[in-house]
Amino acid sequence: MSEQKKIATRESYGNALVELGAKYENVVVLDADLAAATKTGVFMKSYPDRHINCGIAECNMTGIAAGLATCGKIPFISSFAMFAAGRNFEQVRNSIGYPRLNVKIGATHAGITVGEDGASHQCNEDIALMRVIPGMVVMNPADDIEAKAAVHAAAAYKGPVYMRFGRAACPVINDRPEYNFEIGKGEVLREGSDVTIVATGICVGSALEAAEKLAVDGISAEVINICTIKPLDEKLVLESAKKTGKVVTAEEHSIIGGLGSAVCETLAEAGNVASVYRIGIRDVYGESGSAAALVEKYRLDAKGIYEQVKEFMLKGR
Amino acid sequence: MNNLELKKTANAVRKGIVTAVYSAKAGHPGGSLSAADIYTYLYFEEMNIDPANPDKEDRDRFVLSKGHTAPGLYSAMANRGYFPVADLVTLRKLGSNLQGHPSMQYIPGIDMSSGSLGQGVSVACGMALAGQMDGAPYRVYTLVGDGEIQEGQIWEAAMFAGHRKLDNLVVIVDNNGLQIDGPVDEVCSPYPIDKKFEAFNFHVINIDAHDYDEIRAAFKEARATKDKPTCIIARSLKGKGISFMEGQCAWHGTAPNDEQYKTAIADLDKIDTELAEVK
Repeated sequence: MSEQKKIATRESYGNALVELGAKYENVVVLDADLAAATKTGVFMKSYPDRHINCGIAECNMTGIAAGLATCGKIPFISSFAMFAAGRNFEQVRNSIGYPRLNVKIGATHAGITVGEDGASHQCNEDIALMRVIPGMVVMNPADDIEAKAAVHAAAAYKGPVYMRFGRAACPVINDRPEYNFEIGKGEVLREGSDVTIVATGICVGSALEAAEKLAVDGISAEVINICTIKPLDEKLVLESAKKTGKVVTAEEHSIIGGLGSAVCETLAEAGNVASVYRIGIRDVYGESGSAAALVEKYRLDAKGIYEQVKEFMLKGR
Repeated sequence: MNNLELKKTANAVRKGIVTAVYSAKAGHPGGSLSAADIYTYLYFEEMNIDPANPDKEDRDRFVLSKGHTAPGLYSAMANRGYFPVADLVTLRKLGSNLQGHPSMQYIPGIDMSSGSLGQGVSVACGMALAGQMDGAPYRVYTLVGDGEIQEGQIWEAAMFAGHRKLDNLVVIVDNNGLQIDGPVDEVCSPYPIDKKFEAFNFHVINIDAHDYDEIRAAFKEARATKDKPTCIIARSLKGKGISFMEGQCAWHGTAPNDEQYKTAIADLDKIDTELAEVK
């Protein structure tokens, strides 16, 4: 897939915010001294009066956003996932979630593809933290096109939304005229009959590549892209699971609490309609290294997904 | 309202507090009573509000950062006409709008849900900033506890407010000197509170929280203050008005029993009688 265009979804976030700035007078963007990294700097340049740098104080930024929202603004707060969801958890829960305020959280630098900065900054727990907050929409876009669509959808939606973006460039996979984004809707990107790969974020592109390799081995893999982890498109997941009887989830996040957990919850409540294997960060911390080296080591690239699906199929559960 | 009317109103607010907490058999009377005069002044004199139109856009905003003193807020709001005073006895009961800590989802007129300490000043900053951005005339008030300012986020917010010159913001510190585990200066001293807020570029005013001349003068001074947020440090008496609760740490979060409730109401009735005699 080397010919594919690559772009980091944090770039998409910044660019989409500039589009929103023109569309909505009440969109404001808040940063905690990371505007250059979260890519909101482009919004700051276009709309300096609507960009608020709060300094290195994420919890305060979250409260400020809550206050702005009560006065009719649509605040987008931006920081690394570690701080936006991690440090901020209780502020998000009590000052945004509980009063159901119209605040959007743009969390960049999610997962291990933060790379060289290492485990302290590699947040593999944010989806779990945000998913458990009642009423919170959680989105994890797969590429530039989906990321921009998610930001626009978040602005149009009334209520709290958590969006997760990556630091590393990833392939554009949704560049097609019929592409349509809707909060809560998953999409079958490739049809198959032997196994369903339910993927999110950067793992979607890798899952598509893995499915091609699996096809060569005679394994027909269906690939579902789940951008909205909450609310999950349960109908789509169940239909596919019932058809294939085997589900592999793939995410750049802990296997605890994220997409894998959400899919397992859905399948279990439906009567264990399929056996499941969860690909993700297996309850460990990350480490320093290039994004490419890390996705290879933690088996989130096409090769890693391909191998793990095969291992799962061979076990015959 | 003149001072006498405010005092009479505050006494009614205090009766509501004690009655609500007694009915709930739980809640926080001490810090509700210490702030009762501040609540009364805000809701009956200072703030531009309309109980019949609680969401009007240009209203002044109030964030109760020390959300556990909800009984004080509820009693002031009920007496002001946001909802019937009779509802106060439903405090903390299943199905009541009077949640243990204030929720904007339940009661129109509550500008922000609160209860988890340390977050209200940030929210008030956001409201004040929105007003500043829009050139709106409203003012924003937030009440914090002197124990609550041990939370670091208070100082993040103070830094922001000073930096942004939010002169439409007033932070009131209910300085009753007591927190759950003891006197604030024994648990982890926040003093000097005035110098700290001054260092964060606030205009600081020290007052007696139960003296309406001082309260009135302070809020007037806050309105006249430009390019700086104001912090009013209101030195108060925890449990103010109830003989056996005054200055007692134990009444931070305890409800009176039947006999204690009778004594409390008798104390407040006595104040009513005294105030009725004032010409």
